[in-house]
Amino acid sequence: MDVRVELRDIEKSFGPVKANAGISLDIPSGSIQGILGENGAGKSTLMKVLSGFIRPDSGRILLDGKAASIGSPADAIRAGVGMLHQDPLDFPPLRLVDDFVLGRPGGIGPERRSAAAELARLAGRFGFALDPEGYVDALTVGERQQLEILRLLWIGARVLILDEPTTGISLPQKEKLFATLRELASEGMTVLFVSHKLEDVEALCDRAAVLRQGCLAGEAEPPFSSEALVSLMFGKAVELAPKRRLEPGRSVLAAKGVCLESPRLRIQDLSLCVRSGEVIGLAGMEGSGQALFLGACAGLARPVAGSFCLEAEGLDMTGRSHLDYKRAGVAYLPAARLEQALVPGLTLGEHFTLAEGGRGLFVDRKAAAKLAEERIAAYNIKGRPESRIEELSGGNQQRALLALLTSPLSLILVEHPTRGLDIESTIYIWGKLKERCAAGSSIVFISSDLDEILQYSDRVLVFFAGRASPPLDAASLDVERLGGLIGGKGWDEIEGKAGRA
Amino acid sequence: MTGDVLIVNLAGLLASAAPLIFAVIGETISERAGVINLSMNGMILLSAMGSFSVALATGSLAAGFLAGAAIGALVALVVAAAGISLRQSQVAVGFVLALLCRDLSYFLGNPVMGQVGPRLPPAPIPLLAGLPVAGPLLFRQDLMTYLSLLLVAGAWLFLFKTRPGLVLRGIGEKPEAAYARGARVKALRYLYTVLGGAIAGLAGPIYSLSVKAGWKGSISGLDGLGWIVLSITIFGGWKPFRAAFGCYLFALLQWLGLVLQPLLPGLPSQVLQVAPFPLMILTLLLVNLGKAEWVERSLATLPGPARRRLSRVLRALNATPPAALGTPFEED
Ligand SMILES: Nc1ncnc2c1ncn2[C@@H]1O[C@H](COP(=O)(O)OP(=O)(O)O)[C@@H](O)[C@H]1O
Ligand SMILES: [Mg+2]
Repeated sequence: MDVRVELRDIEKSFGPVKANAGISLDIPSGSIQGILGENGAGKSTLMKVLSGFIRPDSGRILLDGKAASIGSPADAIRAGVGMLHQDPLDFPPLRLVDDFVLGRPGGIGPERRSAAAELARLAGRFGFALDPEGYVDALTVGERQQLEILRLLWIGARVLILDEPTTGISLPQKEKLFATLRELASEGMTVLFVSHKLEDVEALCDRAAVLRQGCLAGEAEPPFSSEALVSLMFGKAVELAPKRRLEPGRSVLAAKGVCLESPRLRIQDLSLCVRSGEVIGLAGMEGSGQALFLGACAGLARPVAGSFCLEAEGLDMTGRSHLDYKRAGVAYLPAARLEQALVPGLTLGEHFTLAEGGRGLFVDRKAAAKLAEERIAAYNIKGRPESRIEELSGGNQQRALLALLTSPLSLILVEHPTRGLDIESTIYIWGKLKERCAAGSSIVFISSDLDEILQYSDRVLVFFAGRASPPLDAASLDVERLGGLIGGKGWDEIEGKAGRA
Repeated sequence: MTGDVLIVNLAGLLASAAPLIFAVIGETISERAGVINLSMNGMILLSAMGSFSVALATGSLAAGFLAGAAIGALVALVVAAAGISLRQSQVAVGFVLALLCRDLSYFLGNPVMGQVGPRLPPAPIPLLAGLPVAGPLLFRQDLMTYLSLLLVAGAWLFLFKTRPGLVLRGIGEKPEAAYARGARVKALRYLYTVLGGAIAGLAGPIYSLSVKAGWKGSISGLDGLGWIVLSITIFGGWKPFRAAFGCYLFALLQWLGLVLQPLLPGLPSQVLQVAPFPLMILTLLLVNLGKAEWVERSLATLPGPARRRLSRVLRALNATPPAALGTPFEED
């Protein structure tokens, strides 16, 4: 079972970009190897080379000391290398058992029955609740990962690569994932765990390699020092901004007794008053109602009962359209940046021209170019006015989105402001958001990252299956308590307190 | 109308839907693999003309049918090469081919125009043909009509009950995922596009050597059928049995048009001729109800078991195209 992996001088360029510039790495069997690096450091590229998805320009891969020729995923599977990709590579419209079988060599008949039994057995072993006859598109991101990991084990993976597996899964799912990986490693599996999150690597890995701009910046072993890892990742120390207390300002948004309904969910009687300059974090497992509420704050969902007022203007907005909200100074940044907020195919410069509106039929090229240059500099976007938006990395797309916001704004609603971004981009994005707060805008955001909620919010609303907590002071919360609330524990206490207040 | 006449008419319906079924199943296989072959209309005309010419020249029906399949496969190969290897728009290439093949068939078909050629004879199945009702309805058909029924069942079995069929659906749904699992996406797409083309190509000889025997150029009455084939593929939700139902429904609507015409003298004849088309659209709408938001919302108010059962039915009816339909895939 045990396989030692050696990478030798892996090089891969995409056009002018050197994604991997001669990386060598030794990974002993039976251990969990962390691969750390900021967005765009070349982690995914290196892993795709190992799993045959990308052919390197040069370099060699040795498995157990023997040169392995991995030219396609099929070769990698034969060699026992399986990869869980950053975007789940499964088949949403299929049943779990069909997804499980697809690609496994065998006879004409898919032998669904034995496959389903095998899936159930493996799921039982690791404590996953997966119904073989259910459909993949009904699963959460975490469950899709579980399915894929079981599938890789079933087809005989002895080297397991996981690319950013902790993005978008819940805390309990993350704990279950870590326990599973530890168990597999103890049985001799070689695990490669890719992440841009320090705390995940520190909590799980037996050793870590840090990539920076396509090169191996260094390696580390436990006990890990966060400062050392951060300076390896960025080539410099990065500091969190200190938290600042806020004087309550005038009310910006008042939601009174709001009830919302979606096909799957019902939110009852939610009241919230957002004050100017305030940051409110909405916490909860994906699909607990926070996204529905945030959409309603932007006029994207109609409340069944209750009212929304933008009180600075004494404005009753209940039942108004998104456009009306927008005119009243409410901005909404959805999580699906490329699908819902940006226009793939248009350049960065064209986006600024679009957002500014401008007068007249023709685009004023000179003014547009000047505007784009200014904004790109002001928001430190790595890209040129003529770069197409989909070519930018996630962090730079998010910066562009912020740069596109017009001013002044009274309320900024953000879904997952830093999902998938590394620490430096995260800090940068929040720096920009806080600048907006200082200028009087309020922010309501959703995040599944508990640390982000606690670090940046003034007050927190926790959602659990459509139930919303009263606003909680972020200073009174810690990760354990917040995690408990998200999982449905400790609600009696807060609701009792709110009743008394 | 007496029972006997009705049975004869229904039997004729089965036969007249046979070419549609071959074409629709062929297209379904190709689209399930992610390649949209829009050339259908011209391809069917070309294979009808080509197979008729070959059968006329050789006197062999088998040679005629083989020629039809070969023409279908060749045209599909052009679509595959342009779409898969050259990464051109499959829609654009298919559309141009549809026009090109049609003109080509009229031009090349001039010498054989109006000639009398061989014709596929009925092949009654001994014993079974003597059964009451079922005999004349099912067992006195010609070979290709029998095969059309087997084709539907076979395609369904292959797509949904076999391992290669699962991979076929995978490469049309998410080619990068299928590739990650070791499938040779490009080669398989070539294979299934050409195979689908060959099956669809048989629609031509079924017309010119059986259902509408002969070649009459632009008045053959075949122009336009290829577009119907494409819409029935969508109507069929890329599922063989539903696609076959669509073919029979369309054949029935056309036949009703002919039968009702004399009974409704006040009605302009065009109304009944085009009626099948809007009716198909209406059915398509009904079938896809499950996707509408208001349906979902009213479902949510139902109690658990009833809701689950109903949403299962709606889900089964729902037709979602293969997610990667018409898009190229680059293996690194
Ligand atoms: N298919 C591709 N085409 C062009 N550039 C790419 C491609 N994949 C990755 N890159 C570039 O290579 C660099 C490394 O990317 P990646 O390996 O995905 O980084 P990471 O996973 O560490 O965030 C980035 O600059 C990225 O833009
Ligand atoms: Mg990556």
